[in-house]
Amino acid sequence: MLQVEHLTRRYGPVTAVDDLSFEISEVGVYGFLGPNGAGKSTTMNIMTGCLSATAGTVKISGYDIYDQPREAKRRIGYLPEQPSLYLGETPEEYLRFVGEAKGLRGETLRQQMEAVIEETGIGEMRSRRIDALSKGYRQRVGIAQALLGQPELVILDEPTVGLDPLQILDIRALIAALGKTRTVFISSHILSEVQTMCSKILIIARGKLVAFDTPERLEEQLSSPGEITVAADTGADAARALVAELPGAASVTVSEEGAGSCRLTVTAGGDDLYALSREIFRAFAASGSTLSELRVKKATLEDIFLELTEGGESA
Amino acid sequence: MKAIFTHELRSSFRSLSAWVFASFLLCFVGIGAMMYNIQAAVSNFEYVLSLSCLAFVVIAPILTMRVLAEERRQRTDQLLYALPVSTTEVILGKYAALLVLYLVPLAIIAVYPLIFARFGEVYLPTSYGSLFAFFLLGAALLAVGVFISSLTDNQGLAAGIGIAVILFNYYSVSLSEYMSSSALGSVIALVAISCAVGLLLKLLTGNGTLGYWTGFGLSAASIALYNLDREALEGLLPEIMGTLSLFERFYVFVNGVFDLKAVVFYLSVIAFFLFLSVQSLEKRRYN
Repeated sequence: MLQVEHLTRRYGPVTAVDDLSFEISEVGVYGFLGPNGAGKSTTMNIMTGCLSATAGTVKISGYDIYDQPREAKRRIGYLPEQPSLYLGETPEEYLRFVGEAKGLRGETLRQQMEAVIEETGIGEMRSRRIDALSKGYRQRVGIAQALLGQPELVILDEPTVGLDPLQILDIRALIAALGKTRTVFISSHILSEVQTMCSKILIIARGKLVAFDTPERLEEQLSSPGEITVAADTGADAARALVAELPGAASVTVSEEGAGSCRLTVTAGGDDLYALSREIFRAFAASGSTLSELRVKKATLEDIFLELTEGGESA
Repeated sequence: MKAIFTHELRSSFRSLSAWVFASFLLCFVGIGAMMYNIQAAVSNFEYVLSLSCLAFVVIAPILTMRVLAEERRQRTDQLLYALPVSTTEVILGKYAALLVLYLVPLAIIAVYPLIFARFGEVYLPTSYGSLFAFFLLGAALLAVGVFISSLTDNQGLAAGIGIAVILFNYYSVSLSEYMSSSALGSVIALVAISCAVGLLLKLLTGNGTLGYWTGFGLSAASIALYNLDREALEGLLPEIMGTLSLFERFYVFVNGVFDLKAVVFYLSVIAFFLFLSVQSLEKRRYN
């Protein structure tokens, strides 16, 4: 479906995309994560033929985006970060133009226009000028044009940016539905959004791919699976002694919180944080100390993102 | 290409530029016909066209200013890059739409000689030969306008540059009389043109080294020619200005000569500026 090999893009002395390689061959929603300026939009622009690469290749269903652009682009639907809309036209006029440019004619064009209008829920707005539509509807019109021609690969650059919470939920539901039948490649810097929608995540930092896996497996790869916070009515030394003896505890940090009470942060040595939390509870109960708080904090996608993008390690 | 063509045609009518262009052209030709053919009772319709070609200074930039500048301003050029159409098709589609918009008022104007022929002696071959040249002149100026529009995202700036370029071309023969015909004057002009070519190359390719070296190389060649053979450069500047005038070649048709060389010249100018427009679009993909 999508093959990116050794993709590099330089702007003078700055390397925006640095030897990027990955392959996507199944349908689903793929998240493209990275901090601002990591090279997400540049990569997407190269993948859609809007920008040239300094080196490397992009193939869509086996067709090279530069050597066979017409064949490759027929298989792509693209929504740029700022939707490319002719504001003086109605969604219907706009979709007709995009459909015709994609080679659709007559009844096929009419049917596909109706299908994407239905799919993106812009039926009521089809005859209004685009400049009179809300940002959410404009985004939907942009997605509708990307779906014309039944592309195998739909590339959406920050599809929910600037939308209100309700519109975000709508667009997320739409993308999740699209991902059931097509390969949808979305970029975002909203981690929760990617976690809820995507079956696989690509993380890019400083133009390099640093991770490409499912959210669950990325969590497993994290050096620290999480930590347990404990607040107890006992002395700091006694609390440390109780927890340090437990086999699952890798490290313990204790701070005194007034007379006869303390707070501990326990890092787990193994994967099962909940087993360690039960052990901590039993240890304090057996010693007769009162626990006022016992909280398990698992590693989130945010931790993974920070560890990978700040560490800059290679996938 | 058909999609780009029909879309451009619709957009031009929606943005009023097509209406303004057509009404200005019809107005100019109408006033000319009234003055020459009706009031002065002159039977030569080609004189009307000769007078009306000054209108191109304003109306050609009006029609072409938004063609590519507006795409860049609205960022819809990104859509065009991502669609399965080539940049050549984009330029040809848009240019074909402009030609159709130009042909509509021209089709109305083409009836005038026939109407006047009912009331007197009108030499139709010269009238229609001049009308054909008038079409080619306008088509060449539209190609220049398309290229200027590809250089900026500001429609006003595109129109301003377009007016200045066409006005300079319109008066180039008159101005050439004031230009130095000495070898030194010619070499200075050649160096200036070389620098302009270098800057244009830099603008189109985004490659400063290529642009500066081309400008430098051409300038050095001009200076070398000046040192080797000064006689060859004498009178060259006025000759260049006369040769590059699009309007001057039109007047040959008005004088009753169907000049095939001029036809080839107009077609070459069209091809050259459309090629530059394609390169200008391609350059954005590379920068």
